[in-house]
Amino acid sequence: MTKVTMTVNGKTVSGEVEGRTLLVSFLRETLHLTGTHVGCDTSQCGACVVHVNGKAVKSCALFAQEAADADVRTIEGMANADGSLSVIQQAFQDHHGLQCGFCTPGMVMSTAALLAENPKPTETEVRHYLEGNLCRCTGYHNIVKAVLAASGQDMDQIAAE
Amino acid sequence: MPKDHGVGASSKRREDIRFLTGRGRYTDDVNQFGQTYAVFARSDVAHANIRSIDTSAAEAMPGVVAIFTGEDFKDVGGNPAGWLINSRNGEPMREPKRPVLAHGKVRHVGDAYAAVIAETYAQARDAVEAIVVDFEELPALVDMAASLADTTVRVHDELPDNQCFDWGWIEDNRTKVDEAIRNAPHVTTLHLVNNRLVPNAMEPRASIGEYDPGTGDYKLTTTSQNPHLTRLLVAAFVMGIPEHKLTVIAPDVGGGFGSKIYHYGEEALVLAAARKLGRPVKWTAERNESFLTDAHGRDHVTKIELACEKDGTFIAFRTETMANVGAYLSNFSTATPTFLHGTLMAGNYKVPNVYVNVKAVFTNTAPVDAYRGAGRPEATYSLERVIDKAARELGIDPVAIRRMNFIQPDQFPYTTPVGLQYDVGNYDATMDKLLEISDAAGFEARRAEAASRGMLRGLGINSYIEACGIAPSHLVGQLGARVGLFDAATVRVNATGNISVMTGAHSHGQGHETAFAQVVAGMLGIPEASVDIVHGDTSKIPFGMGSYGSRSLAVCGSAIVKATDKIIAKAKKIAAHMLEASDGDIELKDGRFSVAGTDKGLDWGAVCLSAYVPHNYPLTELEPGLEETAFYDPANFTYPSGAYACEVEVDPDTGKVKICSFAAADDFGNIVNPMIVDGQVHGGIGQGIGQALLEAAAYDDMGQLVSGSFMDYAMPRADDLPFYQVDHSCQTPCTHNPLGVKGCGEAGAIGSPPAVVNAVIDALQRGGMAHVTHIDMPLSPARVWAAMQG
Repeated sequence: MTKVTMTVNGKTVSGEVEGRTLLVSFLRETLHLTGTHVGCDTSQCGACVVHVNGKAVKSCALFAQEAADADVRTIEGMANADGSLSVIQQAFQDHHGLQCGFCTPGMVMSTAALLAENPKPTETEVRHYLEGNLCRCTGYHNIVKAVLAASGQDMDQIAAE
Repeated sequence: MPKDHGVGASSKRREDIRFLTGRGRYTDDVNQFGQTYAVFARSDVAHANIRSIDTSAAEAMPGVVAIFTGEDFKDVGGNPAGWLINSRNGEPMREPKRPVLAHGKVRHVGDAYAAVIAETYAQARDAVEAIVVDFEELPALVDMAASLADTTVRVHDELPDNQCFDWGWIEDNRTKVDEAIRNAPHVTTLHLVNNRLVPNAMEPRASIGEYDPGTGDYKLTTTSQNPHLTRLLVAAFVMGIPEHKLTVIAPDVGGGFGSKIYHYGEEALVLAAARKLGRPVKWTAERNESFLTDAHGRDHVTKIELACEKDGTFIAFRTETMANVGAYLSNFSTATPTFLHGTLMAGNYKVPNVYVNVKAVFTNTAPVDAYRGAGRPEATYSLERVIDKAARELGIDPVAIRRMNFIQPDQFPYTTPVGLQYDVGNYDATMDKLLEISDAAGFEARRAEAASRGMLRGLGINSYIEACGIAPSHLVGQLGARVGLFDAATVRVNATGNISVMTGAHSHGQGHETAFAQVVAGMLGIPEASVDIVHGDTSKIPFGMGSYGSRSLAVCGSAIVKATDKIIAKAKKIAAHMLEASDGDIELKDGRFSVAGTDKGLDWGAVCLSAYVPHNYPLTELEPGLEETAFYDPANFTYPSGAYACEVEVDPDTGKVKICSFAAADDFGNIVNPMIVDGQVHGGIGQGIGQALLEAAAYDDMGQLVSGSFMDYAMPRADDLPFYQVDHSCQTPCTHNPLGVKGCGEAGAIGSPPAVVNAVIDALQRGGMAHVTHIDMPLSPARVWAAMQG
């Protein structure tokens, strides 16, 4: 067991991990941050996406030790400081961009990363960027709408499509 | 103006707040003090006798506290099929035992034959690797026709021909249908495969078993669409636990689509292990296990014939289907290809002769059961594909041939030749709406533009009907169901006037917490925020048959309405006493009781308070308190219907299909929350397009699932799918439930596969490839390209 220390949602945290402990296991089981989900075992589904030093990362594809000293952000750290929903979270609620909620944390984290690097994406760019996040409930329609709305683009025009 | 609250409003979902902030509570998020972990040893071969299982090395591994094999469960009950089907010859179906852990034989890849319980998940996982099993491998039966033909290799040794049943529906129709087809001016025949699918809810199955030696109470936290049914099956059939000593909790559940209706052996195992150890036992499936052991969907091989006049008037449908049930009978596996399929084989049409034959076949594959739509997508696909083929053969427009055969609005209630009575509908109305929203009139211009780019554009249109709101108990009982399909609700009004509604429905994405609150708040005229919906806990809810078959609002919602009606009736009596009026003169509007024709009145809260502080209260006539329970058993199924259109472009060089647009016009009767209904249809269409273009649960000849991960199984991704146009403004309310609702959860998955395939065939036909009359799903580029080459 090795001690690992990192910053998660602005707080310094540490814990004992095995070499094989994945970042997602460390978040869920050691830190009890269960908002990050595990939906597959091949790094395909994206339910476990978190930000590591500002980049969207599948936390099942990283050992906890690889995130040592990193700045990690999870879904639990995405709301506004007063606890209200952030612009992206609010857009997902407003546009019914989630149903069962299991893929949702990964979708929100990927969306935040997308909009950080491309603030006004086209529909095609949104769909391409979210390729690594599977959703079985929504048919993606309202997820894509939510992402476009979160980017501040004209929803009347999108609704008319 | 759209409504802003109550029935008809697109109220935002309250459950979203916890899901969007990481505060959802799914089974794997739950951890109990002193918890241990279960990992299963699963067969890596499809069919074998178990000569021996040596667990001695595993037992000596660090952290291992117990190991179970099939031997430990040989004396407990099997996991039963919920529906008895009789064969044409009157014999009951063959029903081999489905054990908790395989005993004597393994029958599909993934069949669990042992389980390790250890202090940590990693220790359990390591120890499973140390179990030594000696298999005597047997040939694997994968293909259904081969299974039926093979009497030497048997999935279950006691079943000589691997057949579960040979069902005729309706057998009395058979001679007449045969004769009608023999004498018909035109017969169109189509052989098709309804491809096998893996449901793939994003949350893998998980279960936690607990046992309290002090009280003898068990608790099972599990990923279930219907905790009460799971309790009944585990308690009464498998484990022999008194039902009142077992609580089943299904907390937030990350999608189901049918696969989490059923009781699985892992649930019994964690309970048995918890009892033995006196400690909680947790199991969470890996996605690999989901692929191998969740009940799969569809998997029909069908020959369908449509007999008609030269003008397109339908005379008869006749189908012969082989339906794969896999290695064991899952709980609804025998109902899905029969009463959820054969009874829908008249479609939306006034056809006098219909006969359906279904042979259910055991194979060395995972069990197959209801998956979103469950039998109805198979019926719709067969019908709407053969109708399209017939229209082409007869030179009739595909919309026109459907319209000329539609049951007309003035013909309802309409009794079909396959045993259902449709209560209401208007199929031309949804077709008209579809043509409008899909801009069908503009198709030719879009096709010409696509042709200028070298692309083949096609348009596919079809209708569908389904039977939802499952279901009237008296009817399903006659049809072989071993359960009643009513539902229950308790409305508990607190002293301060806010409300908890306990419902037998279970929400795993459908938004019941929001929509059901709209119903109750609307009836009482109080804020939606004053009403909470409680679901998924057998210790809190009177009873329930859960959520599947698009039944939640139609059946469970109706129970809520009836319980709320009782609340209103009692509250009016209390108000009448307080206002010194007759209860017949009391009106409830906008949360206020008033005496008709006067300005005397009381707020909702004052009456509720009086029920719990009964100082000024008619105690001689009325019990204090304000809580009512209702059980509701529907009079009939509900019959959602609609029309779907898909436009595709096929790349002639590669065979790749692109969905250009998809439109759906549905008649769901009355609508409680339009936003949620839109979302349900979107999701169904996404799965339907997935089935049509991408998805296939493919087994090789050895019985290995070759598409057994998200790297191999083509789940639809965001860039595979377009925006959809959906409309549910055509509304013929259900005639027999109090809300006039029909159910919307499965429509998208039922109506969409034939629209996609019809569109691709249309594109190829218009592109001059007259020889291409059918391609089996999924329409991968390789399959389309090969068909194009002839």
